[in-house]
Amino acid sequence: MCLGVPGKVIEIDGMVATVDFFGVRRPVLLDIVDEPVVAGDYVLNHVGYAIRKIPASEVEATLALYEELLREAEREDLMAADVRSEIAAGERKKDG
Amino acid sequence: MADSRASGRALEFRDPRRGRELTALLGRLCADIGRAPISVMHVCGSHEQAIARFGLRASFPRALDVIMGPGCPVCVTDLPEVDEAVALALSGVRIMTYGDMLRVPGTAKSLADARAEGAHVDVVYSVAQAVEAARRSNEEIVFFASGFETTAVATAAALLAGTPSNFSVLSAHKYIPPVMEIVAEMPQTRVEGFLAAGHAAAITGSEVFERFVERHGIPVVVAGFEPLDILAGLACLLELIRDRRATVVNAYPRCVTREGNRKAQEALWRVFRSIGGRWRGIAHVPNGNLRLRDEWAHLDARRRFKIDLAGLWSYAPPQSAAQCICGDIMAGIAAPTDCPLFGTKCLPDKPVGACMVSSEGSCRIWQEYGGRPDLGA
Repeated sequence: MCLGVPGKVIEIDGMVATVDFFGVRRPVLLDIVDEPVVAGDYVLNHVGYAIRKIPASEVEATLALYEELLREAEREDLMAADVRSEIAAGERKKDG
Repeated sequence: MADSRASGRALEFRDPRRGRELTALLGRLCADIGRAPISVMHVCGSHEQAIARFGLRASFPRALDVIMGPGCPVCVTDLPEVDEAVALALSGVRIMTYGDMLRVPGTAKSLADARAEGAHVDVVYSVAQAVEAARRSNEEIVFFASGFETTAVATAAALLAGTPSNFSVLSAHKYIPPVMEIVAEMPQTRVEGFLAAGHAAAITGSEVFERFVERHGIPVVVAGFEPLDILAGLACLLELIRDRRATVVNAYPRCVTREGNRKAQEALWRVFRSIGGRWRGIAHVPNGNLRLRDEWAHLDARRRFKIDLAGLWSYAPPQSAAQCICGDIMAGIAAPTDCPLFGTKCLPDKPVGACMVSSEGSCRIWQEYGGRPDLGA
């Protein structure tokens, strides 16, 4: 739960960013991130909210753990499941 | 093998040679300190996941004991807090909560039990999903909110952004810094240093630990979640222990600053106040619980509904629950393998204690990945 997950901002509409997480696009809320965020930035996300903008120089180092988890983890892996939950936090239910 | 996509920077965090250098450094530092065990504690389920998943304990010097403290918010949710959610669900209110909360045992029942009896209990990944569900519905929806400050910030942001009138919050949010004080003062624990969780510190900043260090004379190192981040954090912590330097070091500057995310802190404290309360199995923790401020009373499920727990408390807890040692495990006094129920009567699909339920609970993590490696006598 405190791992969070980094993703790349694709576009921004008001307080909602569309963020790409390793190929999956999800809306993420920008209410509590404390720096201006623009398309192309990477943000660290937790339960559907961006909590930090990741400095450009640190992006690759920050992505390494997650890339490995999502690429290599088996379906049952605990840590990968937590990362997937964080990505799913951006899912918004459709009507009905 | 060089991965053509990886930059030199990424390799810095993957480099096996650096890993070996760091573990050799850990060995030298333990030898310098010259006693055993040297116990250090982290307070984050994600740290334990990384330590167990990547098999880091096998590379630690024997003298170094890295213990997981109360770093699983689901696990420290107290029985009466679960009971409140169960009672609300059974009274006909729809409960929405994070997945791990579903199977955490209350005094008599879990939310999963309540759901099996016909109560409406839904799992969400974000408080924002619960707010949206309330917007599309007329029924009363209570978000049963768990998690440490990092997660509480999201709840705060959701309330500040505005919620429909049929939405309220049952807060079981907890605040980590005060419980570190409790654990530091437990005579049985003998923690000589803390590894603080990187992403919680992204919110609070590393400065939140400065007063703790002053008061207790125990060093704190903020560390990330990459295997090399953890090894580097531990090496830094052992150096501080060796040199008897009680100070805060931020070993995760790529995500954490000294002052943290001020905007998030402001949102957190506008919505919540910290009050004392019990953490399951640990103790009463002064200022350890986050509850809605009076200004938000109209959104507080505890004030909106009359929650009757008496019906739940007439049950006797199951026999096996009495043998559960989750509390000692979270206080760092015992390991999961010390529990008579671990891996036999208490398993992920039929948990007795909360530490076996959550993906951040030490028992669940040790069950999935293996715990302390058996290195022979």
